[in-house]
Amino acid sequence: MTPLMHGFVWGLVIATVLVTIAVLSIWFERKFSARMQSRLGPTLVGPAGILQLVADALKMMQKEDLIPEKADSILFRLAPPFTVLFTLSVAAVIPFSENVLAADLDIGVLFMLAVGGLVVFPVWIAGWSSNNKYALLGAMRAVAQGIAYEIPLVLSAMVPVVLAQSMRFSDIISVQAETHWFVIWPLGPGLIAFVIFFICSLAEANRIPFDIPEAESELVAGVTTEYAGMRFGLLQMAEYLHTLIASAVAAAIFFGGWDGPFAPGLHWMVLKTLALFFTIFWIRWSLVRFRSDQLMALCWKYLLPLSLLLVMVAALFVHYCGVGA
Amino acid sequence: MTAETILFYLFGGLAVISALGMVLNTRNTVASVLSLVVTMVSLGAVYLLLEAYLVAAFQIMVYGGAIVVLFLFVVMLLNLSTDEFPPSKQRLIKSAFVIAGVAILAQILIALGHDPLFATPPEAVPEGYGGYRQVGILLYTDYVLLVEMASLLLLAAIVGALILAKRKID
Amino acid sequence: MLAEYTGVLVILVLGVVVACAMLGIHLLLGPRRKFAGKHEPFECGESQIVSPRRRYAVKFYMVAILFVVFDVEAIFFYPWGAVFQDLGWFGFMAMFIFTIPLAIGLIYEWMKGGLEW
Repeated sequence: MTPLMHGFVWGLVIATVLVTIAVLSIWFERKFSARMQSRLGPTLVGPAGILQLVADALKMMQKEDLIPEKADSILFRLAPPFTVLFTLSVAAVIPFSENVLAADLDIGVLFMLAVGGLVVFPVWIAGWSSNNKYALLGAMRAVAQGIAYEIPLVLSAMVPVVLAQSMRFSDIISVQAETHWFVIWPLGPGLIAFVIFFICSLAEANRIPFDIPEAESELVAGVTTEYAGMRFGLLQMAEYLHTLIASAVAAAIFFGGWDGPFAPGLHWMVLKTLALFFTIFWIRWSLVRFRSDQLMALCWKYLLPLSLLLVMVAALFVHYCGVGA
Repeated sequence: MTAETILFYLFGGLAVISALGMVLNTRNTVASVLSLVVTMVSLGAVYLLLEAYLVAAFQIMVYGGAIVVLFLFVVMLLNLSTDEFPPSKQRLIKSAFVIAGVAILAQILIALGHDPLFATPPEAVPEGYGGYRQVGILLYTDYVLLVEMASLLLLAAIVGALILAKRKID
Repeated sequence: MLAEYTGVLVILVLGVVVACAMLGIHLLLGPRRKFAGKHEPFECGESQIVSPRRRYAVKFYMVAILFVVFDVEAIFFYPWGAVFQDLGWFGFMAMFIFTIPLAIGLIYEWMKGGLEW
């Protein structure tokens, strides 16, 4: 298969599967949160309520496409598709096994961070163009939080890059497959870097405990306040997709990606991704949210210096022990 | 025409159109900041097509991401309305820029016709050129002094921003 | 090399197609009935008195400037990190010296209360 065909076929497959999982996870989250709160969740539509998704999608499609008065109608319409677009394009560089990957880029990790960083714009547009103070406040908070946590995210994602001496995802995974997963060895930097990366991913995706941009008790629904129907659906889907892709990236660069005994690589990668994805739900329904000032203090005073230090420690480790020690 | 050429014209055109959109749109500051994002990202794509992968990623990350967010927040901080810039003055500035733009365009066209640098087709780049390995090694051996100076510049930026912002609060 | 980016392009195109298809079906099926008040911005039952697009706090600006500074710093880190082994001890010291002014900047910011939200 030529690289062109390879990229085409796997790009198609990966994007389709990820979107499907993201949509399915909405049902899963409803079920899961219900169980956490001693409820049943959706039960009526289909076995265990799994067809609830189809019902919701059909309902959303039949809603009116509302655009509020004095809203900037062009920007208002453009924002939701762009959130999905930017979020999904990160998926192109994630390898799911030796073969199942759309684009194995030389600057893979950097590409992921660069394109992932653009997601703040459609979110901000959605809030600003709504002409609603809740939406705009939510958007301002979302962008401030998103850019603040981008820094520790970038620096903690650099620890695997230093340890593997490569920015290519498949190189990072092969080094882990030959030696140990970075989350296990080297003992300190790998694990702490993973924790920082995970925290920052939660913050970027606006998940609890970092969901102050859509704190429903004060901001109604944050940036999505004025959206109805499928545009709301797209914004919702982008959020779940973002969480899923962040889990996949963490699984690849810290948990050895496709590396694992007994089963084929693809199974391991999917298992690790879904396990991290599940952890995010678990955290969501277990914790409460941070205040804005706590959020910023955590980022600038703790995560940033710590991740800087980790990069230095990882460099020293590579210097004295070599790659893959 | 190869796919590369088509993509080049697509992104190049997008960059020019959104740049014009940014400059000519005086009604809506936020929309013009957002068209700057489109310009920056399309420029990143053009770098990519030129096989400057590292520069492309940096372009999208720093110019497309960081700097435009800063512009957005400055716009939200100032929230200038149109009364503060009377339209008559704007027209003068605009026409000055148009004249300057036309002059630069003419210069480029003349250069394209005469300069042998533009007339001959460029040489093929060697393998791995513009990748992070070359850039990294050059930056931290030959140009290491400049890198350290950049760090001082960043320090100045932090201190300056803090002093300006604090003065506004107090 | 450039062929590697096909996957990215495919996913971009697919993202556009998925989003447009979902919105297209929505526009086809969704009703369009206008009446007064329906398109008013949501204000918990009140009418909107002033436009929400007002001046925002300088704190957001501070976060943005710190973001630019540290993003540029991270940009310097990345090519260094990926080739660190070839640079060796000299490279480590170069980066260490690079980090010192930034660390001073962060500490100064912290002491002056620039990091308080």
